[in-house]
Amino acid sequence: MITESTIPLLTAELFPNGISRYAVGGLLVGLGAVVIYVGTGIAAGASTFLESTLSYVSDQSRFQRYRSSRDWRIVFTLGIIMGAMVYALTFQSGVLSSSLYQPGSTGEVFELGGFTFWLTDVQPWRLFLGGILVGIGTRIGKGCTSGHGVCGVGSASKTSIVGVMTFLAVAIGTAQIVVALGVSP
Amino acid sequence: MPLIFVGGLIFGFGLGFSHMARPEVVLEFLQFTDFGLLFVMFGAAIVTGLAFAIVPRLRGRAPLTGDTYGRRLKSFDKNVLIGGSIFGVGWGLSGICPGAAYASLGIGNLTILWALAGMFVGAYLQGVWRSQQASAASMANAD
Repeated sequence: MITESTIPLLTAELFPNGISRYAVGGLLVGLGAVVIYVGTGIAAGASTFLESTLSYVSDQSRFQRYRSSRDWRIVFTLGIIMGAMVYALTFQSGVLSSSLYQPGSTGEVFELGGFTFWLTDVQPWRLFLGGILVGIGTRIGKGCTSGHGVCGVGSASKTSIVGVMTFLAVAIGTAQIVVALGVSP
Repeated sequence: MPLIFVGGLIFGFGLGFSHMARPEVVLEFLQFTDFGLLFVMFGAAIVTGLAFAIVPRLRGRAPLTGDTYGRRLKSFDKNVLIGGSIFGVGWGLSGICPGAAYASLGIGNLTILWALAGMFVGAYLQGVWRSQQASAASMANAD
């Protein structure tokens, strides 16, 4: 018999950490992209930074097409790093708290100057090898989770929707295989 | 530039707040143990979708650059599928994507430097390869 408690139970299984921190975070990610769009008309992505920054140190012809955008892309990336640090110094450190924010229990935390920082447990070889593939794939595939996923899907771009479906499906398959092989963390 | 920095700040704060800057949380999503990340992606896309639909009707040009407001439309070809698949393997293996990796550095995750180094190596490799392709193509045209 289905009782009234079934729905919260199901929610707890699908969303063990609640949904508010995800929803609020997602709205802020979108808002950040919108601020840039309203001011400049740019629908920003995060992965082009890799190639545009390489244009400072490499004269390969492929990177030169990003010369005109490379300066603002560095500013955007520094903004992302600093924004995450602001989060680390406030909510992650417990200086600010909100009913919408639920802390997590992954990785390991460490204290520095009275503030709480965080380190991943995911092994370096996974990060490095995954990073290489991300670097190749996002550039050949014309975008990543922010360019295609946030700005492209927001633009109702068919290319971006197909791109997101592709990398999401492959990533789910890969992650399932990795866990089936017993690789952890 | 200051505005792009502020946009990046909000963007990065959101990635931190949502815990998407933690590779473990991304992997939990991809392994179907926590579907919360759906709210990050769709929440963000809904906000940008509304702005991309409304802002161009309210004003013609962006105040800071004078550019007209467009949508983010990229041409479709097989590279979208090939690149998307390679990215998918990398994302599924490591739990990191570019924006979240930068944010992860901001929350103190020094180990993520391995991923950042990897991303630059990968972007460089494809850049060298495609530069060679491009020059081979122009040589062929010259003949």
